[in-house]
Amino acid sequence: MLEHYLRERLREKGILLMTHIVLGYPDFETSMNIVASMVAAGVDMMELQIPFSEPIADGPVILHANQRSLAAGSSVRRCLDFGREAAARFPIPFLFMSYYNILYRFGVERFASVIKDSGLQGTIVPDLPPEEGAEYMQAMQKHGLNPIFIFSPASSEARLAYVASCARGFVYCVARKGVTGRETRFSDQMDAYLARCRRATNLPLAVGFGVKDRRDVDFLRGRADIAVIGSQTIRLVDEHGPGAVGDFIAGLR
Amino acid sequence: MKHRGYYGEFGGCYVPEILTSTIEQLDEAFCAARSDPAFWAEYVRIMGEYSCRPTPLTYAENLTRHFGGARIYIKREDLNHTGAHKANNVMGQGLLVRRMGKKRVIAETGAGQHGVATATMAARCGFSCTIYMGALDVMRQRPNVFWMERLGARVVAVNEGSRILKDAINEALRDWVTNMDDTHYVLGTACGPHPFPEMVAWFQSIIGREAREQIQRLTGSLPKRIYACVGGGSNACGIFLPFIDDDVELVGVEAGGRGVATGQHASRLSAPGAAVGVAQGYKTFFLQDGDGQMRETHSVAAGLDYVGVSPILADLHRQGRVRFESATDTEVVQALELTMRAEGLIPALESSHAFVQAFKEAPRMSPDESIIINQSGRGDKDIFTVADAFQDPAWRDFITDTARRYANA
Repeated sequence: MLEHYLRERLREKGILLMTHIVLGYPDFETSMNIVASMVAAGVDMMELQIPFSEPIADGPVILHANQRSLAAGSSVRRCLDFGREAAARFPIPFLFMSYYNILYRFGVERFASVIKDSGLQGTIVPDLPPEEGAEYMQAMQKHGLNPIFIFSPASSEARLAYVASCARGFVYCVARKGVTGRETRFSDQMDAYLARCRRATNLPLAVGFGVKDRRDVDFLRGRADIAVIGSQTIRLVDEHGPGAVGDFIAGLR
Repeated sequence: MKHRGYYGEFGGCYVPEILTSTIEQLDEAFCAARSDPAFWAEYVRIMGEYSCRPTPLTYAENLTRHFGGARIYIKREDLNHTGAHKANNVMGQGLLVRRMGKKRVIAETGAGQHGVATATMAARCGFSCTIYMGALDVMRQRPNVFWMERLGARVVAVNEGSRILKDAINEALRDWVTNMDDTHYVLGTACGPHPFPEMVAWFQSIIGREAREQIQRLTGSLPKRIYACVGGGSNACGIFLPFIDDDVELVGVEAGGRGVATGQHASRLSAPGAAVGVAQGYKTFFLQDGDGQMRETHSVAAGLDYVGVSPILADLHRQGRVRFESATDTEVVQALELTMRAEGLIPALESSHAFVQAFKEAPRMSPDESIIINQSGRGDKDIFTVADAFQDPAWRDFITDTARRYANA
């Protein structure tokens, strides 16, 4: 079970790393090579984004990766196959990340059944608040999967408590307002926010949006359990090719 | 939120967590405004002083004679300030922004009408204003970009996705999740997350409330049918909803583009190509592929060129309360030409879709019956697009000469 794995792993390491890639960007073969080098560099968990044509929570870097992947002809089926292969080859938990329409069109129950069968651990769906997610949560629960929900700095205590009551596995704490990939200031304000998150749930906390280097990861040590690196590795691949990913990840902690 | 804005299975509020509190605050402000009679009274007063309301209901005597069937009445939303029904929604939301104490507004725009309307509202209310517009639309609608900028708005050309309206909405949402503390997103149509569909339809209902009173005054009874074009659906919701409990047939006309068989259209309810999905914050019929990726759309009328449709209309469609038809680009240009020649009226290309269907049906109706067509906007300010649609050779020469003059200057 995901939460158990994370806790075991946390015992050995002060903070865990989760990375995010957009499937089929720049192509599926490269995506698999990136996964291999990330796992080899010690990543503890990965989210695999199934591209969507209208990714409203994503900033320019991930948005372009979505568009390029779709333009190159990637399909949901191909992404699901990729997930199955990755989960079979590598000994870390994998999650799918996508927007709700992808699950909805595929059939939410069928989606959950397929990813369970493929050996994935759960999904992150940033445009699906728990209030709209009854069918989704039911399907995830039925298949023993983790629906990863989201805390935000704008959430009230009551809201954090409500979201926490729906969460399984861990909670994804969005570090700030805005979309993915922009600069985040890891500051005292963040400290207070993460303390609020910690009070709201006993589940491990992942922090994402703008985490980009060792300094950010060090800041999160002790305040959160999982640092999420998204746009930064995509930038790295864009600028230096997939080969640069391993050293970057290894240097984060 | 007390409820999440469902109309049957459509609507809802599918937003990233960071927006939850902002949406709740908006919903509260809207609910308070709606239950305060003084708010609507102030809205009506401002629309009277600033935007020619009530707009007339014009009896189209020549068109009526031409078709020899139902008596044709035209609701003149084209006479609003900035030339379309869009003014209703933006002034209403402007009043709400004041109540919420925010200082900045953002909006998406396709054809540019909603952008221009928002820019006038922002200028009048003293808000700073940013308009997101697909880069393709910026190219096609330069005159509207010119006016937005002159009115003091910043126009951002969106180079993502298909570079049209839906991409402008995505970009406006990205701005909103970043700046929601001081910024209100003035969504331009009855789509998006709750409470936008309900709120926009409520402001636009001023159209139908007036029309209902006017038609009874002019004819002594309710109309047999009402026709409105449907892009996102705000002008249709506006004129339809006040008649929803009456024995009046409501007809929404979508963009048939180059014909629904070609795939180059924006018909979500009148043709089988669309499927229920969730995007841009709400659930409705979207033109999408089997994976759930949104498809390209086409219409001669940029304002109808949209992948989704109001959840309110999707539900009325499913209930069978509103009938949906489509009009092709070619039919639209013909209906526009006839309306200009017969009545001296110049409907926008968007509105002309409603005229197409009304013209198909009026001859088969009785002279004892009346129909209303919602002329949601005026066409004369879209001279570039309309002249293009007519392929007017003298206009082409004029543009070529002007371009040469600019090039040599």
